[in-house]
Amino acid sequence: MRAHIDKIGGSIDVSSACGRGTAFTIKIPLTLAIVSALIIEVGAERFAVPQLAVVELVRVRNGSELSIERIKQTPVLRLRNKLLALVDLKTLLRIDSRAEAKTEGAFVVVLQVAGETFGVVVEAVFDTEEIVVKPMASRLRQSAMFSGNTILGDGSVILILDPNGIARAIGIAGARQQSRAEDRPSEDHAAPTESMLVFRAGTPNPKAVPLSLVTRLEEIDARTIELSNGRPVVQYRGQLMPLVAVSADVKVRSTGTQPVLVFADDRRALALAVDEIIDIVEDRFDIELTGDTPGLLGSAVIKGRATEIIDVSHFLRLAFDDWRDWKERTADGRVRTVLLVDDAAFFRNMLSPVLRAAGYAVTAAASASEALALLETDQAFDCLITDIDMPGMSGFDLATVVRSNPRTAEVPIIGLASIVSPEAVERGKHAGLLDCVTKFDRSRLIAALKNQVAA
Amino acid sequence: MADGESQYVTATVGGQLVGLPIERVQDVFIPDRLTRVPLAPPEVAGLLNVRGRIVTIVDMWQRLGGERRNERPLAIGIEHDGEFYGLLVDQIGEVLNLPAAHAEGNPINLDSRLAAVSVGIHRLDTQLMVVLDVDRVLEFGACAQAA
Repeated sequence: MRAHIDKIGGSIDVSSACGRGTAFTIKIPLTLAIVSALIIEVGAERFAVPQLAVVELVRVRNGSELSIERIKQTPVLRLRNKLLALVDLKTLLRIDSRAEAKTEGAFVVVLQVAGETFGVVVEAVFDTEEIVVKPMASRLRQSAMFSGNTILGDGSVILILDPNGIARAIGIAGARQQSRAEDRPSEDHAAPTESMLVFRAGTPNPKAVPLSLVTRLEEIDARTIELSNGRPVVQYRGQLMPLVAVSADVKVRSTGTQPVLVFADDRRALALAVDEIIDIVEDRFDIELTGDTPGLLGSAVIKGRATEIIDVSHFLRLAFDDWRDWKERTADGRVRTVLLVDDAAFFRNMLSPVLRAAGYAVTAAASASEALALLETDQAFDCLITDIDMPGMSGFDLATVVRSNPRTAEVPIIGLASIVSPEAVERGKHAGLLDCVTKFDRSRLIAALKNQVAA
Repeated sequence: MADGESQYVTATVGGQLVGLPIERVQDVFIPDRLTRVPLAPPEVAGLLNVRGRIVTIVDMWQRLGGERRNERPLAIGIEHDGEFYGLLVDQIGEVLNLPAAHAEGNPINLDSRLAAVSVGIHRLDTQLMVVLDVDRVLEFGACAQAA
């Protein structure tokens, strides 16, 4: 148990008091997605459907009022005087079940996705379970029908159906997406939403950091803060973790508990001391870069208040003088250079510090043409990371051009997408992308970069 | 272990002896209650919960070619890029300490499915062992292009 919780970045504490009982304190990272799911069965296989997409369950029976009818081959259901398009899950997933389908009745799970309603025919419906969504293994990601998998309470592995994927497969959402794209030509490239962790440290006005960068939130007993080499440290999972204040105005407490944000990579952890953690806000943010205050990236308006966005890489360097050297030393001592292309300032500002913290020298470009101009200069880049979805020249087109130029043909290219779809992977493959990573998946991005630039 | 020797975990797949570098092998388990994955590449036999981890089970008969000879196959657990895989094989053999000098490259007429995942052949006294490149074994499906 302990090993598993450690593995996902959590911790477990047990305290026993004689005659009073035992208290288990389990902490798990914020990033785990727990959803409520409906368990259904078709062809002796069980699947989970996110409860969020389920509108209702209908039991259908041949000969009864509610029965499945067909228009040519297409199954439909008359439901409250409206025709509901149906999809037979067994056919869709090409499940060949030896067991004869239960003919006397079936269930229709009515799903709603992006305003479209359709029914999925299944053989049995079980209860709902709270499940922890785990991503599909990379070998299985090309199927759009599943959004992930999980382990049920009985220990079996179950696949989680993606209502969007099903809708696309039967052509419902596809048609709609097209029309929607025509409706709003400009909106498409607005910055996607991001979760920000808002906190107070030193000054009365709030500060924030992207939640995706934070590994954990902790409250540390102030008495356990020790000094090492004149700097505050805490013992954390058998290691010394440096404690850094976000600004000089933050007094590291000596009594009570000290709230900290923990940032960790494979080997090191850093605790950032703050006064108070306020909230997690999910919205679109425009970060305006501000001057030279070390530790600050810029500011953004979050919930109507001007909020300072902190630069995590600054504190990492502060805590580990050798942070950069240590990373660089992995190869021949030369700093690896990365060209980051993204039309959204938000991501340029967000990802550059992440890459810098990982020991790379980053040059950012706001468009494919700007990137090509940079590649034309004498500066050599060890890797190109590009957003695939950009106005004008897309990341795919950029990759194609870079590949066709003999001078840059060898530069590894990693694609960035808000959502990595099988289509994108396929297109990327043709354009010469070596890997495709979602924008918020910081650890996969670093891993992909390490893979490509290692040689 | 003497210099120039490597240790291999041996297994048979459809009668062919194969060897995997021991440092890549994490464990061996009996796959039970596989969850089938519809629309998956044919090489994927299913998913399995192994001590709380979701492991992708690879059908090695599909991958290497050959007939399944054991109704109760075993799985060799390996880790690749932070993900866990189980390679289904007919039988697990002993761990062999083999001098590098006994290894040869692939014969040019080697079955193409084997050649794609093999880094060489070891001449044993009684038979030949195909040394598998674990990473290449897992290059199929959506990730084949990432290599």
